[in-house]
Amino acid sequence: MLALDIRNINKKFPSFELKDISFQLEKGYIMGFIGVNGAGKTTTIKSILKLTHIDSGEVHILGKNMAEHELELKQEIGFAFGSIDFYTRSKIKTLTDTIKKFYENWDDQIYSNYMRRFKLDENKKVADLSTGMKVKYSLALALSHGAKLLILDEPTSGLDPASRDDLLDLFQELIAEGEVSILFSTHITSDLEKCADFITFIANGQIVLSGEKEEFKEAYLLVNGSKSQLDQVKDRMISYKTNSFGFTGLIQANDFDPSSGIKAATPSLEDILIYYTKKGENLHG
Amino acid sequence: MNVAISNTSEKPIYQQLFEQISAQILKGELESGYILPPIRQAAHELRVSVITVKKAWEELERRGLINTVTGKGCFVAEFSPDEMQRIRNEMVMEQLVNEVTFYKSFGLSLDELIELLKKVY
Repeated sequence: MLALDIRNINKKFPSFELKDISFQLEKGYIMGFIGVNGAGKTTTIKSILKLTHIDSGEVHILGKNMAEHELELKQEIGFAFGSIDFYTRSKIKTLTDTIKKFYENWDDQIYSNYMRRFKLDENKKVADLSTGMKVKYSLALALSHGAKLLILDEPTSGLDPASRDDLLDLFQELIAEGEVSILFSTHITSDLEKCADFITFIANGQIVLSGEKEEFKEAYLLVNGSKSQLDQVKDRMISYKTNSFGFTGLIQANDFDPSSGIKAATPSLEDILIYYTKKGENLHG
Repeated sequence: MNVAISNTSEKPIYQQLFEQISAQILKGELESGYILPPIRQAAHELRVSVITVKKAWEELERRGLINTVTGKGCFVAEFSPDEMQRIRNEMVMEQLVNEVTFYKSFGLSLDELIELLKKVY
């Protein structure tokens, strides 16, 4: 069963557009949604949640069409946008009391467990929380109504390494029963190297590739060699950097000839992100 | 069952899991009938993705090292000493094929290599 099934979303802004966004997440798994700043991660997430109007396309969640079952499905979704920027002068307690009314399955016990786990004080005002605490509070809100699908925009980016590690542990704990699925966007790819099952990569408003993590990485090769070797592969490279020792760059695995003698290795997610972002730059060099 | 995962290794994590567990089975440290932890539990504990563990377990099964009983879990298979040796040699050979490419790139002859191996083994 698919937890999330996104089909051909298009959305045009004056200076940016989402083009034909499609990807699927199977129930019980973690998908990392990666891309550099401005690639379209947040716009895609807002489109999924109907927080922005889409020009065309369909979103199916847990087998139901979001356009027809929005209210019902939102009970099953927990979402967080990495911060809380509203009612900042209110106490956390007041804000929680307002938000929980929207959820039929809100569980005070689970909520207070998360508040303890995240070391959050309910009597503090939102404005007095640090960036990391705001992230944690928004997560506590997203996790306290038994959501089956978590959609989290940059949940790790404001957190210190220890809190990030705790959070990733929590994500794995949440999916351990196979019932909960998580989509989370990030540009901190190291968070995904371990815990993510699937990766969806967006650049310039288009999905570059979506797939199982190892297969995703193996679709590319990080190659390096001498300047003369560069001439052999230059035309097929996604992008490359040169220095006095030679060159390093990214190439699609099926564009690479293993008999060329050029050294090639499986790239990290970060390598893929970096070289993809530089795509086209070498044309001017 | 002991597993130590390296995130800096060039080897995919599922491969590391597969190799370490198969070594323990083939050395007899994990006896036949031993129950492997459930996939999702192992993934959480090892802090790796569910699919990574799934792939490792699938590879163990493909090699005939474990059996999956639906609803019960994965068990270390039963095999004769002959079979055990066959699987072990098969796996070691695969590794050697890779290593040999490295030694050949330095122009070593087989005799030279054996001499060096004797010194370090």
